[in-house]
Amino acid sequence: MEGLYSGETMGPMPVKFSIQQLSTFYGSVQALRSLSMDVATNRILGVIGPAGSGKTSFLRTLNRLNDLLPDFRVEGRVLLDGSDIYGPDTDPVLLRRRIGMVFAMPVPLPMSIYENLVYGPKLTGIRDYQRLGEIVEKSLRAAYLWDEVKDRLNLPALRLSGGQQQRLCLARTLALGPEVILLDEPSSGLDPISTARIEEALAELKSSYTIILVTNNTKQASRVADETAFFLMGELVEIGPTEKIFTAPGDSRTEDYVTGRFG
Amino acid sequence: MRLSPRLTQAFVVSLLGLATAVTLVILIFVIVFILRKGLPAIDMEFLFTKPQDMGRAGGILPTIVASVLLPLIAVAIAAPLGVSTAVYLTEYTRESRVTRLIRFGADCLAGIPSILFGLFGFIFFVTILQMGWSLLSGGLTLALMILPTIIRTTEEAIRAVPNSYREVSTSLGATRFRTTAKVVLPNALPGIVTGIMLGVGRSIGETAAVIFTAGSSLRMPSSIFDSARTMSVHFYILAREGLSSEKAYGTAAVLIISVLAVNMVAYGLMNRFIRKRS
Ligand SMILES: Nc1ncnc2c1ncn2[C@@H]1O[C@H](COP(=O)(O)OP(=O)(O)O)[C@@H](O)[C@H]1O
Ligand SMILES: [Mg+2]
Repeated sequence: MEGLYSGETMGPMPVKFSIQQLSTFYGSVQALRSLSMDVATNRILGVIGPAGSGKTSFLRTLNRLNDLLPDFRVEGRVLLDGSDIYGPDTDPVLLRRRIGMVFAMPVPLPMSIYENLVYGPKLTGIRDYQRLGEIVEKSLRAAYLWDEVKDRLNLPALRLSGGQQQRLCLARTLALGPEVILLDEPSSGLDPISTARIEEALAELKSSYTIILVTNNTKQASRVADETAFFLMGELVEIGPTEKIFTAPGDSRTEDYVTGRFG
Repeated sequence: MRLSPRLTQAFVVSLLGLATAVTLVILIFVIVFILRKGLPAIDMEFLFTKPQDMGRAGGILPTIVASVLLPLIAVAIAAPLGVSTAVYLTEYTRESRVTRLIRFGADCLAGIPSILFGLFGFIFFVTILQMGWSLLSGGLTLALMILPTIIRTTEEAIRAVPNSYREVSTSLGATRFRTTAKVVLPNALPGIVTGIMLGVGRSIGETAAVIFTAGSSLRMPSSIFDSARTMSVHFYILAREGLSSEKAYGTAAVLIISVLAVNMVAYGLMNRFIRKRS
């Protein structure tokens, strides 16, 4: 499937992630079943599928966040720009600076807005006050949050509204200067207006970032994703241009899901 | 007969309220009792001069100094050790037979009567290591005594830090060490401070373990290698030897006020710290 699809439509788009026979396990529970696919550079890949289909596991495998779990195990390969992220030469800490992540529930760290934003940059050794200020403003603008918080950057981040918190989390990820942004149902707890803001931001970001957007809302995928992948019970059922997935899916299970007949 | 849910609720609430009230009344009674007997003995001379005639006359300055130094030494030793151990157990190891054994050991240690710590301190620090009766021997003994409490409260505080904070920090490119230092420990700090304050409180009030290890010299200690008498030991000796009940209650009142003050300051600092972050 990977060969078919990537040969057919990705054409000149360079491949960011090449995923080959990827399986992951939590102890004896298998979450992903031999996934193979390519993720194109500077595009938005939407990932859809019912709860428990492995979408979150997929994202957390790409930035090696599941390394934190003692019983987690990976088989197969994940190539980022051609090199295996689970290979012996990869430092997961450095990897995560290239692959930012926004979680389903906004999790501002209990510090000020400013401190949240400079948390990542400071870890990379940036100390210059002016440079940090630039990063903060640029990230907040890109996340459509600057105007709302520019006068109160010292406010504890926990005092922001839910929608603002999620955009703060997006801005905090952008402040890392990553190449890839992983988003796990970023608008699951948000109102339509906040959701629209996030989608707007994503549409602009894709010119400079590779974005993987997991969403439980198929409409959101159809609105913003260039390509869409459908997951079911840990398997990749189908991946293709978003329009094709939503209008002429190749698999009846995909059709059932996107038309809401799933059950 | 079955009570309606509302009646049951009211009954339970009043029981809980009653328990709280009883606790409060007992606490206030003890404090008021000691303050009423002790406050009249307290004046500038009592606080700032040396005892005369084995404590029958004069003040208690050296015992106040000892009561400040001893807990400080104990905490200076036990806090870094205890917090490091707790961090190691929670953030750096997987749950295993070894960690469970350490935890079990800590819990057992916490339940040992303090006089046994005193005996151990006397044999090990005072005699074998030849530190003699000294603030250092006493401080080390108290450190051993409060270590389990600090480990366990710190562990609980660290466990209560939401895992999502660790994940966010990690996803932002932090190493485990950075995550622990910048996210886990600051968020666990209120709990850690509580554990340390429990240790301070226990150290200030401890008598049996101290009398065997720091001794009961009434002279002003000039270094941590000198023997010294804390307020609690002084109170104990004054009362037991029947030297002066007036001075004994005065000492007890100063002791109680110090403990209250230490706790209030710690509580206030903690509140300010928390308010700044959320
Ligand atoms: N930490 C974990 N430990 C054990 N099993 C897990 C863990 N996280 C997820 N799983 C299991 O992996 C499967 C996929 O879950 P997940 O990736 O969260 O799916 P989705 O994000 O699509 O809802 C589920 O069966 C889930 O129970
Ligand atoms: Mg999920």
